[in-house]
Amino acid sequence: MSIKLENVNYFYSQGTAYEKQALKDINLEIKKGEFVGIAGHTGSGKSTLIQHLNGLEKATSGTITYDGQDIYKKDFDLDSLRRKVGLTFQYPEYQLFEATVFEDVCFGPKNQGFSEEEVKERAREALQLVGFPEELYDKSPFQLSGGQKRRVAIAGVLAMNPEYLILDEPAAGLDPIGRTEILDQIKKLHDEKGIAVILVSHSMEDLAHYVDRLIVMNHGEKVFDDTPKNVFAHYKELEWIGLSAPEVTYIMNELKEKGFPVRTDIIHMEEATKEILRVLKKGGERQ
Amino acid sequence: MIRDITIGQYYPSHSVLHRLDPRTKIMGTVFFIISLFIGNSILTYGVATLFLAIMIKISKVPLKFILKGLKPIIILLLFSVIINMLFTPGEAIVSIGFLHITKEGIRLAVFLAIRLVYLVIGSSLMTFTTTPTALTDGLERLFQFLKVVKVPVHEVAMMMAIALRFIPILTEELDKIMKAQAARGADFNRGTLKEKVHGLIPIMVPLFIAAIRRSNDLAMAMEARCYHGGEGRTRMKPLVYEKRDYISYLIVLAYFIGIIVLRILL
Amino acid sequence: MSIIKIKDVIYEYLKRNEQGEVEESVQAVNGVTIDIEQGEFVAILGHNGSGKSTLAKHLNAILKPTSGTIYVKEMDTKDDSHLLDIRQTTGMVFQNPDNQIIGTVVEEDVAFGPENLGVPTKEIWERVLKSLESVNMTAYREHSPNKLSGGQKQRIAIAGVVAMEPECIVLDEPTAMLDPIGRKDVIEAVHELNREKKITIILITHNMNEVIDADKVYVMDHGKVVLKGSPREIFREVETMKSYGLEVPASTELAYQLKKAGVNIRTDILTKEELVEQLCQLN
Repeated sequence: MSIKLENVNYFYSQGTAYEKQALKDINLEIKKGEFVGIAGHTGSGKSTLIQHLNGLEKATSGTITYDGQDIYKKDFDLDSLRRKVGLTFQYPEYQLFEATVFEDVCFGPKNQGFSEEEVKERAREALQLVGFPEELYDKSPFQLSGGQKRRVAIAGVLAMNPEYLILDEPAAGLDPIGRTEILDQIKKLHDEKGIAVILVSHSMEDLAHYVDRLIVMNHGEKVFDDTPKNVFAHYKELEWIGLSAPEVTYIMNELKEKGFPVRTDIIHMEEATKEILRVLKKGGERQ
Repeated sequence: MIRDITIGQYYPSHSVLHRLDPRTKIMGTVFFIISLFIGNSILTYGVATLFLAIMIKISKVPLKFILKGLKPIIILLLFSVIINMLFTPGEAIVSIGFLHITKEGIRLAVFLAIRLVYLVIGSSLMTFTTTPTALTDGLERLFQFLKVVKVPVHEVAMMMAIALRFIPILTEELDKIMKAQAARGADFNRGTLKEKVHGLIPIMVPLFIAAIRRSNDLAMAMEARCYHGGEGRTRMKPLVYEKRDYISYLIVLAYFIGIIVLRILL
Repeated sequence: MSIIKIKDVIYEYLKRNEQGEVEESVQAVNGVTIDIEQGEFVAILGHNGSGKSTLAKHLNAILKPTSGTIYVKEMDTKDDSHLLDIRQTTGMVFQNPDNQIIGTVVEEDVAFGPENLGVPTKEIWERVLKSLESVNMTAYREHSPNKLSGGQKQRIAIAGVVAMEPECIVLDEPTAMLDPIGRKDVIEAVHELNREKKITIILITHNMNEVIDADKVYVMDHGKVVLKGSPREIFREVETMKSYGLEVPASTELAYQLKKAGVNIRTDILTKEELVEQLCQLN
């Protein structure tokens, strides 16, 4: 059970002056239930990559299979792929259009042809999943706060009951509280519903905190695909391609360099605190 | 698909055409278009072709790029060519049932195709070589005389300039909205016409909201930068005719008179 | 000398429901008094909806206070006869880079402000070139803004303000829509303007990393200034900052956590260098 990309290449505006290779020979498998992060600076190909995962863009060459079935085969049902692989773009609230929150969330399941009862059932469930308060269901989406709008937009995709959920910078433009709330909610979706989550983010702190596996893109190529810990160990290489590691990783490395014997494979605040305390304690015992 | 539209785009380069005063280019284009409708023989179109070819050469805009701009009008072109070929009365060459392709029809269709194609190429050559700002500046100056009858020329020109600036941004936005709704299972090609029209709502509503949001922001940004109408505004690039403009006017005029002479003589 | 004086400013707006009836009146800014000195780099920090952006829009008379007064170089923003002078004195950069660029060519956009001010053509050119230079965007002078990255567009917007030769620039969440590289470039450009041209900077943000190098920080919550001081003084209040929905730098947070666990460490730490130095002394 997976989405699998083999030797995928993608060219923009092929055959024109603006031709550009946005994906270079990508090989990748994302299994059901994973929590994967994608990092890369603007123009690294990460947005193009995620649009291939649900068939919105078609690879120039290479194959993509969903549960072993070639999605570019004629008899493959692309509609069902888009249903199973939900995708929200950056600032997804800009796609809201209905008069009420509830109707907007109904749009997806309605397109799938469910009965009215079932559509409503799914919309309700999706809104509950993103923690949206019931008393606001009949409000116009345009009257909500930024964070609330974003929840509604994500619920709109969740209502299709996807097996994979791809989120392009779901926390962009939100303040620290809004950020944590939305990302925690996504984590909960993954943990409780078993939905595979693919999270695109610029924040190394967020990626370190939430994902189990981190893919790094640069100039259309996949340059890293490993646990966040292992990827961030290469913080110098990450800097070459315009990225970085979480700040605590730098602190630990600097400490080590200055003769303070800490482990450097640390990417979380709590871990860092513990490790420094451990070293300090040992130092105390020595004396 | 939307990304491919090249009409109205600017192609940065440093040719003589790029450096000409926009008024010269606008007037030149107008004369060229009129000449296409005056011409009615192979010879006049030959001269027009030559003129256009030289202009393209001078402009340094790649021919491939220019021809791509024709893509959106292909359907219109084919449609009018076929209509003309089939429904012009005259001497039939080929007949299929009640349909007759006539000699006059072919002639008319060919001329029509030439006019349409040259019209598009000619005017896109103008936009390729003129920045939208220069273009609106030129129009503003050319229509200055309308101010006497209280037409808000500056305001209209400013609106045009802003529209040109935001067209690419809004097309990109449209592309994104369509993709986002497609990801929610929307299908824009299925169903009856009524269903298709109804299917546009999820695209048009967000697009309009986006446009309104952007224009609000822009109005605020313009005010913050002291915009207060055309009164007392100076220009970074004031329009001044130079020697090359006068020469260009002469060339265009010579071409135009040439076409008229050919038309009268033949 | 103070360049901007904000005195007891209240901004009230009416919240309407879908029928257009007034539901309640909201005080987006609720009694703010701030004095901004010439040449300072001031940051206003607060979560979304704290009133910081509303306050910012008062500084060049886009909004006018319901009560209280704002003086920009002794000019009352409520006095319309000074409107253009006020806007020329305090330039403003907004959040969305696309929605504030008017020109279709970079240099023409930068010229927009001076053109409105009636600056002679020759001087416009000088100003445009100088302004682009000051944000390191000279190479893109003839480009279309559409093909630039967010950070580059935002620097063009800043150049457009600089070309009006303001004494003060207000930046309303200029990095909220940018990626990390764009953020860094914009913040660096702003610091350079402050250093080299002595332009007073007022930076509105919710990103704590951007205020570390400010001279003064004001923290806003529910329309009020709730904390003020140097970045060091502000960030050492880790719990208070968190209660206002804000973060503190990683090094400050780490020092705070260690202190809580009983380590004898200073808590007014801002940078990783300081933290490392402190810890090395302990070991």
